Amino acid sequence: MEAMPYTASELMCINAARLLQDGDVVFVGVGLPNLACNLARRTHAPNLQMIYEAGVIGARPARIPLSIGDPTLVSGASSVCSMYDIFSFYLQRGNVDVGFLGGAQIDRFGNINATVIGDYAKPKVRLPGSGGSQEIAAWANRCYIITPHQKRRFPEKVDFCTSAGFLGSRAERDASGVRGKGPLVVVTNLGLLEPDENGELMLTALHAGCRVDQVRENTGWPIKIAGQLRQTEPLTERELRILREDLDPQGIYLKSGG
Amino acid sequence: MSKVCSLKEAVSAYVHDGNLLYCAGFTHLIPFAAGHEIIRQGRRDLTLARATPDLIYDQLVAAGCAKKVIFSYIGNPGVGSLRIIRSELEAGRLEWEEYSHFGMISRLQAGAAGLPFIPMNQTAATDLEHNNPNIRRVTDPYTGREVVTVPPLNPDVAIIHVQRADANGNAQIWGILGEQKEVAFASKKVIITTEEIVDEGVIRSDPNRTLIPELIVDAVCCVPHCAHPSYTQGYYDRDNVFYLNWDKITETQAATQAWLDEWVYGVKDADEYWQKLGAETHERLKVSPAFASPVNYGKY
Repeated sequence: MEAMPYTASELMCINAARLLQDGDVVFVGVGLPNLACNLARRTHAPNLQMIYEAGVIGARPARIPLSIGDPTLVSGASSVCSMYDIFSFYLQRGNVDVGFLGGAQIDRFGNINATVIGDYAKPKVRLPGSGGSQEIAAWANRCYIITPHQKRRFPEKVDFCTSAGFLGSRAERDASGVRGKGPLVVVTNLGLLEPDENGELMLTALHAGCRVDQVRENTGWPIKIAGQLRQTEPLTERELRILREDLDPQGIYLKSGG
Repeated sequence: MSKVCSLKEAVSAYVHDGNLLYCAGFTHLIPFAAGHEIIRQGRRDLTLARATPDLIYDQLVAAGCAKKVIFSYIGNPGVGSLRIIRSELEAGRLEWEEYSHFGMISRLQAGAAGLPFIPMNQTAATDLEHNNPNIRRVTDPYTGREVVTVPPLNPDVAIIHVQRADANGNAQIWGILGEQKEVAFASKKVIITTEEIVDEGVIRSDPNRTLIPELIVDAVCCVPHCAHPSYTQGYYDRDNVFYLNWDKITETQAATQAWLDEWVYGVKDADEYWQKLGAETHERLKVSPAFASPVNYGKY
């Protein structure tokens, strides 16, 4: 059977969904992470709990949320609390299993920049800033990053460290005493990057039809390739159908090439 | 004692040039009508604090009301950049002070609780800390480990939109609660804007839902649809189309000025603004009801 065509966003979203486990408590952002969580809930992780930084717990959005505080997150949720509560009782206390992160730059050790390009005091490009990501990166037990694979997004070192990955090495993150394990997988449109024993991101899997030289060309440092490079499982018709027909029928997040 | 007055009177009495202002609401219940009234009254040199400045502060900055922003995320939620604030920051024309969401909200928590500072666990990301002298460290006297601290934030005036309040200022909110309660208790003056002013008996029938008590409220203004283009849970939806349009409008200074002329300076109040939006927009933002099950407080 011929494989169904799909967009880069669909590819990343489905691969991110597969990283989630049944029963995970996930700190969700809008866009692809939200779709990935809803897909996981409808496939292999029916007991996944979605928590939003606006203070919503156990959300069951009936429509696709267009902002982090969309009213559809509240109607039918199991609880609503203040932002102070969500960041302290839930995240800081250790009640969040998974955090999703993104940013303008992700470096060799999984550190993320969402703050500025150039000098902080005289920014060349002023980005939105941390929002919730500084604490999510530190305190969620596992973090996943979804990002298109482009050289400008993967510099050797971030201009500004908004959220900590492994800093300069895994030992350095461990010494900082933060509770979370750090970024465990970066999902791109070419494949999956995972930290090696030193915390350096390494290519561990390619998507069907993607090549190692594409990854090299689009990464800003000489990226290591895992000895046993895997290929990600092909997207299934069921996964694509749930995404397209149920979760994002207008293609708001899925149509883009990512 | 009734504190009911018009929004125009409340802004005139409590929002002054040079004030530190906090218009509350995380995506939900953002008091846009109050922002527009501040623009119409020509306030200057305001320090604008909000976790997410959102379009309301982009508009205040565009109208020349601000000298500084304090924030933790300056994006147009679900769209991209806040073009006005971003370009003012990049040009060095606007002062800023930046935190993570937790740092920002913790400042309010300290301010609301009357604390000298509040500790947070470390995050290992120290670049913001190195660039903002308000973010410091102290040694935890119990474990000897370092914790990160922020000082209280105590705005001169807070503006908080709610679903319903009584004339005395007891205010009830449901849906996303954001930082409303913390902002109200942290601020020196509190203006409540409300979709409806209800009888005191309505409030007293459900006291658990009262987030802000009358004893810290200075003014109560009945301003239906105050939050447009953000939303009020159960009353009207978020106008996502406007959030996208704002991105286009602010591509040029001329279009931004024309928008302010037409939609802020060109109308006298929130009611005229809402009528001007027209029936099609009203229809698009309508929500069908979904009531909570009633609870029994019991007669004692």
